Amino acid sequence: MAAPGVSARRDAALIRALTLSVLVALWEALGQTRLVFGEALPPASAVAAAGAREIASLSFYRHLAVTLGEVAGGFLLGALPGVAFGLAMGSRRVLGAAADPYVAALATTPKIVFLPIVMLAVGIGPGSKVALGAISAFFPVAIAAASGMRAIPPVFVRVGRAFNLRGGQMVRMIYLPALALPIVTGLRLGLGVCIVGVLLGELKLASAGLGFLARDYYDQYDFASLYAVVAIVFALASLANGTMSRLARRAEAHR
Amino acid sequence: MRALRAPTPLSPPPRLPAFFGYGRPVRTLLHAHRSAPALWGLAALALLAAALEALVRLGLVPKLVVAAPTETAAAIWRLAAEEGLLRALGATLLTAVAAVAAAAAAGLPAGYWLYKHPRFGLAYRNWLGALFAAPLVLVYPVVLVLFGRTYASTGFMGFVVGFVAIALYTREGFAAVSPTLVRVGRAFNLTPRQEFWKILLPAGAPMIFTGLRLGTIYALVNIIGVEYLINFGGLGFLVSETYDKFDTPGMYGAIVFVILVSGGMLWLLKRLQTWLRPA
Repeated sequence: MAAPGVSARRDAALIRALTLSVLVALWEALGQTRLVFGEALPPASAVAAAGAREIASLSFYRHLAVTLGEVAGGFLLGALPGVAFGLAMGSRRVLGAAADPYVAALATTPKIVFLPIVMLAVGIGPGSKVALGAISAFFPVAIAAASGMRAIPPVFVRVGRAFNLRGGQMVRMIYLPALALPIVTGLRLGLGVCIVGVLLGELKLASAGLGFLARDYYDQYDFASLYAVVAIVFALASLANGTMSRLARRAEAHR
Repeated sequence: MRALRAPTPLSPPPRLPAFFGYGRPVRTLLHAHRSAPALWGLAALALLAAALEALVRLGLVPKLVVAAPTETAAAIWRLAAEEGLLRALGATLLTAVAAVAAAAAAGLPAGYWLYKHPRFGLAYRNWLGALFAAPLVLVYPVVLVLFGRTYASTGFMGFVVGFVAIALYTREGFAAVSPTLVRVGRAFNLTPRQEFWKILLPAGAPMIFTGLRLGTIYALVNIIGVEYLINFGGLGFLVSETYDKFDTPGMYGAIVFVILVSGGMLWLLKRLQTWLRPA
């Protein structure tokens, strides 16, 4: 398909702006009149005000720090073994073929159902969220690393051999450049599901973190604040995803 | 010195660290049969289960934390016989079927409409792409507030992810149809209806089916997850309920069952896709 022209892109921007305005106006009207959902749908203006209050309050950042810490821990604990296991799966044919169905089934399973197991194992504190984040992050990273490893053309490896590269040089000049993109892609997906795992765990049962904050507002029937926290969380998660996507594009440009 | 060899695709490079798997293709029993890796996988699973069983029996792992595999298997049987495992499975699958049917009924025409109206397609395509990558499940508290602890909540969470996947892939599927094919159709004076049924749909079908497959998987997984989170509905609810009752073997049984259902659905849809359109 030909690249869209300037006028088409201007039209698209206009359509997006119009759509957004109509949706927000509709939301505001439904919220103000309480026609369809009653108290369950606070107007957009109330949610925006609640969001501003959140961002200005100190406790919000305390919860944010807890969540970020859990995400960082879970990501490290899940992604590093994920890369190692994925590379092993991609390079050992029998291991790859033997593990594939199990990894695929577990990768598809909603990770949140493992929360009861990790809560029994490490308690209901932040540890269980770290563990759930790690379990979530492991699978996309492992799958991406394995398929990246399988996709390295053998001719690259032979060229390296022909130049008498040593082990470290092979890794730096042949494997790393070929694996950078798939692994960064896997890390992006892994970080995304890690964030989701941590937040869902906090929503189910926790005493701190953004998920807990949302849950707390839900229990207090403070729906405007609940909507605001959910929107902020959603925006932060999307921001993390977008940052990792840009990293992936940079990795691709380096090839 | 090693004799020079012509680099054929089958000749592995010499002297590589064994870890990277480019060692000589050793024909051992391991590789002898196509199903050998599957057998190794099963053997590893059996070994793992045996080790777990021993750890629990010897009291090295507390019984309340880990259920022995034999107890888990017995618990699946008990759940099926006494605690409505099959009813829970039915509730989850019915919710998923309804959600996917609604997602397809809305997503397929939406995708086609976006293809037919390129300005809108261009405008909304990035939004759909962003939503496809976004963690939509995080908005479940809002859905819970709007619809309460009902099948409407679990079903809606399945519908949303299914709709985004189906609409996005349907648009991309039609947009990727070669313009040459469309021009050939025009040269034969096909009516718009004929063009749709004879050109666009067959050519776009593989990608559209991929959208349906992904939409179904995402919907099912989201529904089970939300069932667990809000203590309502089918299999996810069963996991939550067995945990609350301190029924550790039952909880493990329910979780294993969720894995089987997720993996089974993945396998089934892949088989269906290759069966409908052999590569």
